[in-house]
Amino acid sequence: MRVVVDLSRCQGYAQCAFLAPDVFRMHGEEALMYDPNADDDRRDQVLRAAAACPVQAILVDRLEKRDAPAEASPS
Amino acid sequence: MTSADNLQAFKRDGRIVVVGASLAGLRAAETLRDEGFAGSLTMIGDELGEPYDRPPLSKQVLTGWVPAGGTKLPRRREIDAEWLLGVPAGGLDLATNHVRLADGREVPFDRVLISTGVRARPWFVESEAALDGVFVVRTREHAEGLQRALAAGPSRVLVIGAGFTGSEIASICRERDIPVTVAELAPAPLVGALGAMIGEVAADMQRAHGVDLRCGVKVTRLEGDAQGRLRRAHFDDGTTIDADVAVVALGGIRNTEWLRGSGLAAGVWGIACDTGCRALDLNGLITDDIFVAGDVARCPNPIYEYRLISLEHWANAVEQAEVAAHNMVSGQADRWPHLTIPVFWSIQFGVNIKSVGVPTFADEVVVTQGSVPDRRFVAAYGYRGRVTAAVSFNSAKWLDHYRQLIETAAPFPPPCPTPDQPADSKPAPVDFPGPALLAQGATVVVTGHDPSERRVTAAYQHR
Ligand SMILES: Cc1cc2nc3c(=O)[nH]c(=O)nc-3n(C[C@H](O)[C@H](O)[C@H](O)COP(=O)(O)OP(=O)(O)OC[C@H]3O[C@@H](n4cnc5c(N)ncnc54)[C@H](O)[C@@H]3O)c2cc1C
Ligand code: SF4
Repeated sequence: MRVVVDLSRCQGYAQCAFLAPDVFRMHGEEALMYDPNADDDRRDQVLRAAAACPVQAILVDRLEKRDAPAEASPS
Repeated sequence: MTSADNLQAFKRDGRIVVVGASLAGLRAAETLRDEGFAGSLTMIGDELGEPYDRPPLSKQVLTGWVPAGGTKLPRRREIDAEWLLGVPAGGLDLATNHVRLADGREVPFDRVLISTGVRARPWFVESEAALDGVFVVRTREHAEGLQRALAAGPSRVLVIGAGFTGSEIASICRERDIPVTVAELAPAPLVGALGAMIGEVAADMQRAHGVDLRCGVKVTRLEGDAQGRLRRAHFDDGTTIDADVAVVALGGIRNTEWLRGSGLAAGVWGIACDTGCRALDLNGLITDDIFVAGDVARCPNPIYEYRLISLEHWANAVEQAEVAAHNMVSGQADRWPHLTIPVFWSIQFGVNIKSVGVPTFADEVVVTQGSVPDRRFVAAYGYRGRVTAAVSFNSAKWLDHYRQLIETAAPFPPPCPTPDQPADSKPAPVDFPGPALLAQGATVVVTGHDPSERRVTAAYQHR
């Protein structure tokens, strides 16, 4: 599953790293690093982290089909 | 038909084309659908594959944590678009409203959004740029190649240019325990973006982490061996270093060449637009159906004296795309201005560096809170006695406070908002290297005498 964190909004409070530690981790004191290609098994954790983020900085795929959308195939 | 009827008809049956299918293009497409645009939507992009995110390329990807192909952007919704990928747009015809593709196809539109961004500035000698081991970092493919070279355990990496990307790469080399030399023409890293004071802090940080930082020097030549592999770099002070990987991090070139002859105000600084993201033509007139967003846009900001500012910032691309898309499907009275204060982040040597505002729009800078030696502080920038920007090192949660100071034109220097007043809080000159460059924007020639004849034509400069 695809994940993006708007790091200009992120305040580094680390709730996400607590709820989905394989996907979000702190780098140094307050910089957030995350896996933009998180394992699908972590979906529930990631959705919980996205819901808990106090500044709503975590964006997760909203497409029904989780595989690469056919519309983006090269022409 | 009233204009409201026209708008409804356009939203139902209109044709919108987006040129540049990356962050700004994708976010604009999603917003168009969110706002009820049901007509045909075409995404034109010269890269193959789905839109992906670039900031992780110089961070998560180069550390080896995430594969280069693993930064595809999440979709907020289906966009039901036709994708024309792997082929660049080669021209824009405003008389007939067509985008011309490089392969000769023509794509008609009622409204177009231009979001072609920037590309990496290559090393200036082509044969040297082609050496095995010489990289730039802008695309997924670039990051993949560099990550592989770093994983092979090079004896030394040379980073040419100590802006944000170059500094991030130096940081990753140290994290991976690879010896790294950074060569920078300015007196310190990040000087062009953040000024001399923060540059000194960045220089100390690099040296403390074992970077061989060389400032005030120019790399003159990259030397390869008989197999075409990079071996050595020569500096203008006569010294050389041996390195098997070089990363050219000399900033970007805006992708505007394809608009030559289109009549738009497009050039090396980007495509000029109003705060509604409508492109200006060469005469400075607003076009109605041509919109611009992202790194390629050059937008006036009233807070910065209406100067046309181009930003290469992620959040700017997202917000500008949303404003542009909204305006593409809204009537005149419902249009939004793009007035957000710029924000930027970078992660280097484990430190979270963030900025708000435009730090280059300043004459003074002062540390307002925290401690520079601990690399946990905020510095505020001022121009003629008002706050115009702030930069934080590991103190990001304070930036909203500074954003408010900027938005309300608060007096500079601002009082320290916390008890941890720094020991030395006297404003210092900001010291940017020569603002003269900014004056190079005059690229037109005025012709004709009657108001109906007077027009400008472009005078292209060689750079
Ligand atoms: C390595 C790296 C690290 C970064 N880190 C940060 C960071 O930490 N913080 C931050 O705020 N920002 C960062 N950025 C900047 C951020 O990624 C950009 O601001 C953002 O990508 C801009 O999006 P865009 O859609 O405007 O342009 P781009 O992402 O440049 O996309 C433009 C697209 O248009 C395509 N194109 C160009 N010409 C044509 C043509 N003629 N026809 C068709 N398609 C064309 C391009 O190939 C590209 O796919 C980083 C960028 C890079 C490269
Ligand atoms: S929860 Fe939100 S604000 Fe906190 S670290 Fe994660 S992304 Fe940042």
